[in-house]
Amino acid sequence: MIFGFPVISVAIWLPIIFGILVLATGDDKNAPLARMIALVGSVLGFLVTIPLYTGFMLDTAEMQFVERHQWIPRFNIEYFLGVDGISVLFILLTAFFTPLVVVAGWKVIEKRVAQYMASFLIMSGIMIGVFAALDAILFYVFWEAMLIPMFLIIGVWGGANRVYAAVKFFLYTLLGSLLMLVALIYLYNQSGGSFSILDFHQTLIPMSAQILIFIAFFFAFAVKVPMFPVHTWLPDAHVEAPTGGSVVLAAIMLKVGAYGFLRFSMPIAPDASHELAGVMIALSLIAVVYIGLVALTQTDMKKLVAYSSISHMGFVTLGFFIFNAYGMEGALLQMISHGFVSGALFLCIGVLYDRMHSRNIADYGGVVNTMPVFAAFFMLFAMANSGLPGTSGFVGEFIVILGAVKANFWYAFAAASTLIFGAAYTLWMYKRVIFGAVANSHVAELTDLTWREIAIFTVLAITVLGMGLYPLPFSEIMHTSVNEFLVHVARSKLPM
Amino acid sequence: MSMENLYLLVPLAPLVGAIIAGLFGKVIGRAWSHRVTIALVAVSFFASVSIFNDVQAGNEFNGAIYTWLTSGHTSFQVGFLIDKLTATMMLVVTFVSLMVHIYTIGYMQEDPGYQRFFSYISLFTFSMLMLVMANNFMQLFFGWEAVGLVSYLLIGFWYQRPTAIYANLKAFLVNRVGDFGFLLGIGLVLMVFGTLQYDAVFANVASHAADMAPIPGMSVNLITAICVLLFIGAMGKSAQFPLHVWLPDSMEGPTPISALIHAATMVTAGIFMVARMSPMYELSDAALSFVMVIGAITALFMGFLGIIQNDIKRVVAYSTLSQLGYMTVALGASAYTGAIFHLMTHAFFKALLFLAAGSVIIAMHHDQDIRNMGGLRKYMPITWITSLIGSLALIGTPFFSGFYSKDSIIEAVALSGLPGSGFAYFAVVAGVFVTAFYSFRMYFLVFHGEERFGKAHHHDAHDAHADADDHDHHHGLAPGQKPHETSWVITLPLILLAIPSVFIGYVAIGPMLHAEYFGDAIYIAANHPAMHELTEEFEGPVAMAMHALHTLPFWLAVLGVVSAWFCYMKRPEIPAMVQKRFQFIYTLLDNKYYFDRFNDWFFAGGARRISGVFWKIGDVKIIDGWIVNGSANAVGLFSRVVRHLQSGYIYHYAFSMIIGVFVLLSVRTWF
Repeated sequence: MIFGFPVISVAIWLPIIFGILVLATGDDKNAPLARMIALVGSVLGFLVTIPLYTGFMLDTAEMQFVERHQWIPRFNIEYFLGVDGISVLFILLTAFFTPLVVVAGWKVIEKRVAQYMASFLIMSGIMIGVFAALDAILFYVFWEAMLIPMFLIIGVWGGANRVYAAVKFFLYTLLGSLLMLVALIYLYNQSGGSFSILDFHQTLIPMSAQILIFIAFFFAFAVKVPMFPVHTWLPDAHVEAPTGGSVVLAAIMLKVGAYGFLRFSMPIAPDASHELAGVMIALSLIAVVYIGLVALTQTDMKKLVAYSSISHMGFVTLGFFIFNAYGMEGALLQMISHGFVSGALFLCIGVLYDRMHSRNIADYGGVVNTMPVFAAFFMLFAMANSGLPGTSGFVGEFIVILGAVKANFWYAFAAASTLIFGAAYTLWMYKRVIFGAVANSHVAELTDLTWREIAIFTVLAITVLGMGLYPLPFSEIMHTSVNEFLVHVARSKLPM
Repeated sequence: MSMENLYLLVPLAPLVGAIIAGLFGKVIGRAWSHRVTIALVAVSFFASVSIFNDVQAGNEFNGAIYTWLTSGHTSFQVGFLIDKLTATMMLVVTFVSLMVHIYTIGYMQEDPGYQRFFSYISLFTFSMLMLVMANNFMQLFFGWEAVGLVSYLLIGFWYQRPTAIYANLKAFLVNRVGDFGFLLGIGLVLMVFGTLQYDAVFANVASHAADMAPIPGMSVNLITAICVLLFIGAMGKSAQFPLHVWLPDSMEGPTPISALIHAATMVTAGIFMVARMSPMYELSDAALSFVMVIGAITALFMGFLGIIQNDIKRVVAYSTLSQLGYMTVALGASAYTGAIFHLMTHAFFKALLFLAAGSVIIAMHHDQDIRNMGGLRKYMPITWITSLIGSLALIGTPFFSGFYSKDSIIEAVALSGLPGSGFAYFAVVAGVFVTAFYSFRMYFLVFHGEERFGKAHHHDAHDAHADADDHDHHHGLAPGQKPHETSWVITLPLILLAIPSVFIGYVAIGPMLHAEYFGDAIYIAANHPAMHELTEEFEGPVAMAMHALHTLPFWLAVLGVVSAWFCYMKRPEIPAMVQKRFQFIYTLLDNKYYFDRFNDWFFAGGARRISGVFWKIGDVKIIDGWIVNGSANAVGLFSRVVRHLQSGYIYHYAFSMIIGVFVLLSVRTWF
């Protein structure tokens, strides 16, 4: 809180309240009003998170902007919010994307406009809640609640095969979430009757229990990241989701899983984390190399970018489990950058899909002839996805690879193969879609970006280049917390 | 203006030009696009001249501009190192870039992508300057990849051509293979030295000379590992065997960029990088040997390929590959100054040759096949004379710039005692004949002999492009049409480049090679005395040229020119005869030693096949088919079975109850 003003609560509840207001506009007769309220709400929602950055104290690893109130005293469950250097940027990232998604769906969504916009606003508030919750039950509530709007977005505005995608997603997540709840209840008992995550961090736990807790959390978080081999829901979900859904899924929701490792698995079970680090690193490297290769021959653009996401998230988990500062900070930077870049790429595909109603690479060719402005933006984001220096995509990968060399040269060797594979699948897709002579009459009829689309892409382009050329503002905010985190996970928590 | 601001001005001026032409090109129009970018590159050039003079006066600079990132306890900075090596490179880059900018006005005149082209070449100039001015590995890598990006954009400039967009993807990916090694090398540097700043690394490198590399499972010297990994990056960028495959294809780009990027500047980045890292390379004889052998293979075997090419640009491209091999050999022989010297002279005469080739291409209405040319000297005197100067410089004619640099390299290799230097010496000497032969084959076929243009196209070297009718496409002259000299914006750069192609060697060899010119920028260990001995023998440029008249390389060059004349002017039937006689060798050369086929089949095809297998079997069949849908099906199956238990009939339940009671009782009784 600054000056008694509950910044985080406002960041959570303001978009949710606006979401309810949007719902109140009723059916599609009032669609323009719904869009306007949604835009105002989402922009305000972003503006209110800015004090979290400007007012953030760089020299402490303590939780900041803390709000702590009783919620269910019977079980000592609290409404306990706060941010540190690890979580603060994700709150901004979440709030940053909501207006972009609202604008991106402005004309494209014509049915149930109010419900669509409201889903995104409410989801935005809930995801901020996930990143800010310091009470385990509060976290769990946000965690589960987050899925509802996403299910609706895929289920109502999704593609033809949305039921299969939703069922698959459900199968994957159900198991993980339930195991996490069991682990939380165990920790409640072990910590002497507290659901505070910070108390969990200090609780001593024997090795066997740590391993079980780690595995329970692993199922919850690894599915979300997603890590190999629990990743196959993501390509299907992306393919079926509308553009806005894909953007939020890739940019924010995947980060929630990675964030879970940092907030729960590693600090609560540090000894198990070290014990199982080899497995985690192996899974991460499989994600980078195997998924990088799988992405190469995808014929559906969205699937290709979805696989590319999984491969890039492999860098994140690799960075976590090599336990050094480069790895950790590189991973966090990679998470933020991946938000921008994958979000931008899904928006690019959305632009094409809105015009051609196809995600199939083979249906395109020579788009640059009719959409040169779009081609330029797409080039920038494709290069960022290939990790070109000067774009945000380079920063995290570079630092994680440097950290991996420090841990074991061969980790870095495997991870650095993304330089080749990442460029190969991204630029090969770019070549087939954008370059060449006009492939067919549909491509010949394409119209270039509207001013609304240009506005969205300009914002993202500035962000991607800005972070690539000057990432210091992103990294300095996480320093103290990361250092403290590394000290914490290096300490054994086994009972004496 | 303070010197720091002047340093900043050099890269930023072309960047601003690139942004203006790129974002507002349509608004300000064609003329203003080239005016703005040329003016800003000229600013950059004159600033470089001023910095060069300042550095000569002894004012060097090494400092940060801003902190890019801090992570752990390491601070990654963007900063400049301005010493004599940098100042020389800045001068070469900005001068050639300025020439190419001016030339482009003429060459790209009719192209619809005019503003975009100026934006790209200015962006390239910025990137290349960031690369050479870097004072740390991170920024070096930034420049390294940024020039790769612009190269990608420019090779694919005519994006409608299938060959162009194939070539640019290939160039980018092959370079990425090199960068893969480069990045791992940087990672090892950071791990061992804890910093990426050149000065701090070089100051400590000697104390790690005997360390083993921290690579589990391999016992290899640390410095050797770092140097070889970094050199793999150089092999990509400077197109050394076996990562050379992208450079000939890069000729799909417009000719001005072939001159600027794929001859004079970007491809020499690898040479510059190794010279910059001389304090490290000097500590590893193994790495130097590796460098020398790779360079020697490139120098000789890529030269052979130049002999059978018929596309004027491809001949020059293979010549570039071969000359890059010479520079690399020089690096391996610890003649870093020789390599940089050859880099500089080569930048001038090779840019000249490419731009002259472009001039010929324009005159020939975009027919690039030298078999359709001949006798052009009558019609294009400036292009003819300047081409002759360029060719003479390239083959190492005494008193021309190329002679001083190339002869120094050959001498240095002769004096090197490293393993592999025997082969390297043979390669660079034999390469002299090859160079002279293919250069003058092209020269004679283009400028002398029968006029073969203006006829129906019996040779169609360009069938691959047959689909597009855009600019720079293979049209050729109409029957009866005569070529004519190109406009002044094209010939002026030719003349301005011809001047240094003649004189720069004569002027610069004394100070640059033999007078401690580079000072601390280049370090040569005492156990690699080749350059030192050369300096002791050196008695001025005139004496060096006179001495060369009775050495083997000179006579090999003469022999090369004479045989080219004999084979293509005097007895044109000989080449066909030789080709028939040695069909096997011709086929091998015509297929470029089958590298492209192998790479396409093994690497590109292999990756796609593995990808298909991983996806169809790993993801779709095992994970989704067996595990995900399998568990769903298992649940379904289970529920289908247990559904029968809940039939809803009272007597079923009563019967099960009785059975249950009976079983329970039996269990209690028996156990």
